[in-house]
Amino acid sequence: MDRTDATGPKKTPLFDLHQELGGKIVPFAGYALPVQYPAGIMAEHKQTREAAALFDVSHMGQVKLEGADRVAALEALVPADIAGLGEGRQRYSFFTNDAGGILDDLMISNQGDWLFLVVNAACKEADIAHMTAGLKGDVTLTETTDRALLAVQGPKAAAVLARLAPGIEALKFMDCKPVVIEGADCLASRSGYTGEDGYEISVPADQAEALARRLLAEEEVAAAGLGARDSLRLEAGLCLYGHDIDVTTNPVEADLTWAIQKRRRQEGGFPGAAEVQRQLAEGAPRRRVGLLPEGRAPMREGTELRNDGGEVVGNVTSGGFGPTVGGPVAMGYVTAELAAEGTALQAVVRGKPLPCKVAALPFVKHNYFRG
Amino acid sequence: MSEKRYTEDHEWVLIDGADAVIGISNHAQEQLGDIVFIDLPDVGKTLEKGKEAAVVESVKAASEIYAPADGEVLEVNEALNDEPGKVNSDPEGDGWFFKMKLSDASQVASLMDEAAYKSFIDE
Repeated sequence: MDRTDATGPKKTPLFDLHQELGGKIVPFAGYALPVQYPAGIMAEHKQTREAAALFDVSHMGQVKLEGADRVAALEALVPADIAGLGEGRQRYSFFTNDAGGILDDLMISNQGDWLFLVVNAACKEADIAHMTAGLKGDVTLTETTDRALLAVQGPKAAAVLARLAPGIEALKFMDCKPVVIEGADCLASRSGYTGEDGYEISVPADQAEALARRLLAEEEVAAAGLGARDSLRLEAGLCLYGHDIDVTTNPVEADLTWAIQKRRRQEGGFPGAAEVQRQLAEGAPRRRVGLLPEGRAPMREGTELRNDGGEVVGNVTSGGFGPTVGGPVAMGYVTAELAAEGTALQAVVRGKPLPCKVAALPFVKHNYFRG
Repeated sequence: MSEKRYTEDHEWVLIDGADAVIGISNHAQEQLGDIVFIDLPDVGKTLEKGKEAAVVESVKAASEIYAPADGEVLEVNEALNDEPGKVNSDPEGDGWFFKMKLSDASQVASLMDEAAYKSFIDE
């Protein structure tokens, strides 16, 4: 999948297409990717919420786990219930460390006799090293480097893809199945990172550009870049690894306990389980929350949060402008006693304390297809 | 008679005697993308050449706007509080940022004229 020049960031199979479309190319996690196209982030964001957008997410790592012990071996590294994951189903999870901190977040699907993992680009080398060292027994790990990953997101995504691959519309949220699209052997999951209905499609690298062009030829579809992907996921309340979650945050404070299924909460058996179980029982000292600024000034990552008395009680981990909300939105961590919705806080922007309130996540209702 | 000059930081300065109106160039707004908020200086604030005078926030990031000369803020474009997108649609007109009184008009005399700025951004 990677086309590497002598120096500089790697190119995805869609690099030439991004340039042809006028994409503004930036280095991101070691890859040259479009932050936006000429339409701009605002238009690309609205395109995704109202119709459908095509994102190149080929920088993400695709990993295959085979072998008789693959399920038990992976469960020793993540807190998700993989044994209970049906064939063709996908789950969100994270690799934890011995303190319960998050090493990366990922998607895991059961493909019958193998598991398909999608990990973050910036973490993929570390994840693979972590798995290579930590997966015990009969397990074979293969990094898939000859496939691209395309995300088609938005309320019209299913109708568009059904024209190219009849039957794909029957997939439900978090289904992940093999599908032939325009003659290409793909693996399609009905999921994404925008809060909208849509698909992420793993496609052979040499067929990726043709599929992308075919999708863009549909009137409901336009290309969208990393900028819109970030504003969409922020409005959807989804975590960005390295910002909202990292080795210093655990799943309980990050409000991700929904991704630790009952059996795993009880049995543990993943790195840091004792700390996660303790916080599940006693409550976390701080919590990830949504933050809604009262004015129009965006509150960016790193912005300090204070209580009424002027004491520092947390910080913003992601923040910007929400085009669908029509104003600034943010998320961050605050001490547990201030995590209730509606709690008034001050965010210090360029030295000025500005009022904001703790708000429910997501900011924009998820529009997933659950059948 | 007023004259328009440009800084290397992509601000325009419309000079009228000892007063100047400041905004960002069309090239700058194109680079920034959709603008969603402008943190304007307070009227009466003393500005120092090369120091931060305002902050412009696009969807993606915050960028500083520097004072092109020493002086004092006389007026700010309040309309940008409700319609920051004016900086995208009319950067060198309705999208102006603030008006200032220049302490030393000679500080702006050396700025680029339109032709020089054009070749500067084409480089």
